[in-house]
Amino acid sequence: MLDFYFSLPLIVRLIIQGLAVIAVLFPLGAACSMAERKVAAWAQDRPGPNRARPWGLGRIPIIGPILGRFGIFNLMADGGKLLFKEDIVPGHVNKFYFVIAPIVAMTPALSTIAFVPFGAYLDGAGRVLPVMLADVDIGILGVFALASLGVYSLILAGWASNSKYPFLGAIRASAQLISYELSMTLAVVPVLLWINAPGTPGTLSLVRVVEFQSQSGFWGGAWFVFVMPLSAFIFLVALFAETNRQPFDMPESEADLVGGFHTEYGSYKWSLFFVAEYGHMIVGSALFILLFCGGWNPLPWLPLSTFVGWLAPLGAWTAHPLFVGILSICIFLGKVIFSIFFFMWVRWTLPRFRYDQVMRIGWQRLLPLSIANLIIYTIAIALLN
Amino acid sequence: MSVIKVPRKPLTFAERTYIPQIVSGMMTTLKHIVAKPLTVNYPEERPEIPAGYRGVPTLVRDPNGREKCVSCQLCEFVCPPKAIRITPGEIPADSPAAHVEKAPKEFEINMLRCIYCGLCQEVCPEEAIWLQNVFSVSGYERGEFINNKQKLYELGGTLPDAHYKWDKKKAAAEEAALHGQH
Amino acid sequence: MSATPELIKINIDGRDIAVPRGTNVIEASRLLGIDVPHYCYHPKLPVVGNCRMCLVEMGLPAVDPATKTPVIDPATGRQKINWMPRPQIGCGTNAIPGLHIRTTTQMVKDARAGVMEFLLINHPLDCPICDQAGECKLQEQATSYGRGYSRYIEDKNVKPKRTQLGPRVMLDDERCILCSRCVRFSKEVAKDDVLGFIDRGSYSTLTCYPGKELANNYSLNTVDICPVGALTSTDFRFKMRVWFLKQTNSIDTESSVGANTVVWSREGQIYRITPRRNDEVNDTWMSDSGRDLYKQVRAENRLSSPAPLADLIAQAKALLASGGVALVASARSTVAEQYLAKKIADHLKIPADSRHVPAHLAKGDGLLISADRTPNTRGALVTGLIDTLPSEKLTQLAAGIDAGKIKTVLVINEDLSLHGLAPEQLARVDIIHIGTHASATSAAAKVVIPSHTVFEKNGTFINQQFRLQQFNAAVPGHVGTHNDATILSGLLAALGGHDFEGKSNAIWSRLTEETPELAGLAHGNIPETGHLIDAARFSHHAFPETEGLHYKPAK
Ligand code: SF4
Ligand code: SF4
Ligand code: SF4
Ligand code: FES
Repeated sequence: MLDFYFSLPLIVRLIIQGLAVIAVLFPLGAACSMAERKVAAWAQDRPGPNRARPWGLGRIPIIGPILGRFGIFNLMADGGKLLFKEDIVPGHVNKFYFVIAPIVAMTPALSTIAFVPFGAYLDGAGRVLPVMLADVDIGILGVFALASLGVYSLILAGWASNSKYPFLGAIRASAQLISYELSMTLAVVPVLLWINAPGTPGTLSLVRVVEFQSQSGFWGGAWFVFVMPLSAFIFLVALFAETNRQPFDMPESEADLVGGFHTEYGSYKWSLFFVAEYGHMIVGSALFILLFCGGWNPLPWLPLSTFVGWLAPLGAWTAHPLFVGILSICIFLGKVIFSIFFFMWVRWTLPRFRYDQVMRIGWQRLLPLSIANLIIYTIAIALLN
Repeated sequence: MSVIKVPRKPLTFAERTYIPQIVSGMMTTLKHIVAKPLTVNYPEERPEIPAGYRGVPTLVRDPNGREKCVSCQLCEFVCPPKAIRITPGEIPADSPAAHVEKAPKEFEINMLRCIYCGLCQEVCPEEAIWLQNVFSVSGYERGEFINNKQKLYELGGTLPDAHYKWDKKKAAAEEAALHGQH
Repeated sequence: MSATPELIKINIDGRDIAVPRGTNVIEASRLLGIDVPHYCYHPKLPVVGNCRMCLVEMGLPAVDPATKTPVIDPATGRQKINWMPRPQIGCGTNAIPGLHIRTTTQMVKDARAGVMEFLLINHPLDCPICDQAGECKLQEQATSYGRGYSRYIEDKNVKPKRTQLGPRVMLDDERCILCSRCVRFSKEVAKDDVLGFIDRGSYSTLTCYPGKELANNYSLNTVDICPVGALTSTDFRFKMRVWFLKQTNSIDTESSVGANTVVWSREGQIYRITPRRNDEVNDTWMSDSGRDLYKQVRAENRLSSPAPLADLIAQAKALLASGGVALVASARSTVAEQYLAKKIADHLKIPADSRHVPAHLAKGDGLLISADRTPNTRGALVTGLIDTLPSEKLTQLAAGIDAGKIKTVLVINEDLSLHGLAPEQLARVDIIHIGTHASATSAAAKVVIPSHTVFEKNGTFINQQFRLQQFNAAVPGHVGTHNDATILSGLLAALGGHDFEGKSNAIWSRLTEETPELAGLAHGNIPETGHLIDAARFSHHAFPETEGLHYKPAK
């Protein structure tokens, strides 16, 4: 089957891959929104959405009630509602940019996933090969480059909406995203310095980062979160800000800006923003996992290959590339899901920062910290080598 | 008035990083996430109504089936949103409760006006009006929210009586008649 | 009024006040704003002093018996007061020079609390079903002066609860505190001595003389003066709590006495009428029949019409245009309405012999119902609507109709069939009827303009003493009726006369300008007790009224 796939012309494969991304990421984003509601409910001692039971599906014994309990049907109903609701374009907006903004939001959210390896399999020679759409050398740079395009959609939406709340939201968004992008990038540099030891061919590939965390030995197997906790911390904080998550959700802050940049949006266009935000979150989480938490390696100091080796007594099938691939993807997804849960956990714990606090943290705390961090690690790496 | 300056303790370094606070906050959230929900799935599961709950005001009868309200109209007077409307009436002489003399001819409580304050229950000298455990009021028309006397007695039912003051009064009158007094 | 009474100085609670000699302590204290609680005392009834609620401490300045010189208290440097060792009743203590009274001492407080406790021993405490609740002296004074709880644990007395004393009065003997106000009223004022006490001690019971009943036309005054809920009105019984009722000053329209009344209403519905104190007119009394008059507001035969007033006035105008008009105005209309009727008559050039005001005469009862059974005959004279006393039969009008001289009759609030006109005569003319209730006249009328009763409008009447008295609207006008002044001023304007736009102050100012007796009287500013106008211009009339309370016919 794989062979058949690889025998297809490149363009067809790309289209299939693209559709697959949409088909996977879109429901995933939607599922995140339901997860958000559920987590919110649990944090507030409620069961959360659990009522929707469509006539047919809800009657299926056992599964129906379980799906209902998890709010899956609510999710479907929400999706259906957003899809079929009247799509209002207010009269006072700039129509072209108003319509294009959600598309601009979706594009980077979906395309960054191409650079993210989400699993690995062992080839015949026992080498670990990544499962990803585009194993390009620029890797992380590509992600950053594309992800930072996301801010344009916010600015476009805010500006095109032609009313004050979206406008304020857009201004906040641009300032905030730019501020935190700096720290974020600077926090990653030590990681890349570390993996690009002198003599080896220089790379920015995320696969390489994971490979580096799957070596043997104490230092080799250590995840970067242990090696460079400060970098990990800065990256995480900046990630919150970049994805507009509480406590950094300045651009939306419904308390003071109604809905921020998407105040004037409704129905399907609005849902695109929503899914894009969750797309960013998913990619961001994945990035964090790859950079600092060992990617698809099940545990620190326990690389995937060793783990698969342990399973070998169960049968030869354990070494089959398909099994290993699925196993690794599951491990990776599990970590991402926990990371997303972590995002929500934070959201329902911390109150929103004030805008000036956001700026102060970004420029006066995080940036100096990340610069210091970079210098120290540079010196340390230079000394080590 | 003098100005009192309350000294503010400077934040420690740990506090200034927010991190210990954030961690403890997240632990609190986690505790709630794993805790059992406090809510109930309402129409199927019903909350347990605690004693003394102030639900829909109702009229009650005493254990002998006598309607307790004597239409003194104190509740109508005290009701802050003027939800109560009483038409007083006289109890016919052939009724077993004739000695009570007065009873409401009509008694209406407009549940669109009622604010469930319980003042009617508090003021009632006959312990005839009680806010009981009905908490869910719904209807399609305004008229459906006006509980008339019959509905109020249906909702209210019978409550125990600590005094039986009217029964005692009747007994005293019968006793007196027996002994040749008036 | 006789000559100014001699003023003497007394002292109550340390404050000096000059009062007429003989004023009792309750009234004197009232002048100072000091409340002396009482039950049996009533300003218009003889003093009996049997409730003992009004106990006060009394003292007189000390005088040396030998030298007759004042004894000076060395501590204060003022004349010493000899306080009586035991309290005295305030109602029975009259002012004498130098009288000293204390109403706030512990002895007085204990006395009041003691009396209250005794009064409540056998009281049934059925306030929730008692009509007096809210205006009950027992309730008020128990809270103000009582001890707050009872020490009496024995069984209470049982007495008859529902005794029908008369057609309109119900007695609850358990509530009676034996103050005897009702007994005194029946005897002294109504001159119908039917009430009295039987049995002794705590078994004392108010009752009617066997074989008689309290049926006189003033029986409901006993209900008013009963300080507790023992006497209740069968009409008002269990109808409404008094605290919901709005009080509006009004005038009894039964007769030319013009008894002052209070109309008690709630949300546009009248529940009862009670007398209002006016020492010059009706003291604190009124007749039972006058209390029933509110029923006319929602009577079966009340006239009402959905037609707009403008249409009705236009129809009336069309009929009046044909000439041969006679006016039958009413002595039941207010002064302003009579004035407007006169204006209309003047404008239509109705000759004096075609302007009629029928009289309603019956025997007076010598108290508060006079022989003239209309409230405002004097008003018709004062405004110049008529210049001779009205007669009961409208013979001149009948003759005019028979002769074919009269073709249209404008009738205001009267029924011609009661005044000597036969149905055939009514049928021969076009009748415009402005009135409140259906009658033979309204049935025969071509145009009927429904109007307001006295309870639905503001206005003034002039009673038999030539006292101008004001009354106010207690309830809004019945649906489909119109204010009389609005109707008449509208008709006047439609006929081309002065347009008052129905504004009562405009009508009033014009009226006072044109009427010498009323000159300078501000609109709506007549004192509560009324305003006596100069009757000199009318002294030659032989008014039908005979002697009554506060009224003596001029010789
Ligand atoms: S207060 Fe009690 S007795 Fe009085 S009218 Fe209301 S319910 Fe009836
Ligand atoms: S509960 Fe309060 S608002 Fe409701 S009827 Fe009673 S007094 Fe009125
Ligand atoms: S019935 Fe009333 S007025 Fe008459 S004696 Fe008794 S308390 Fe007094
Ligand atoms: S008022 Fe003086 S004794 Fe009754």
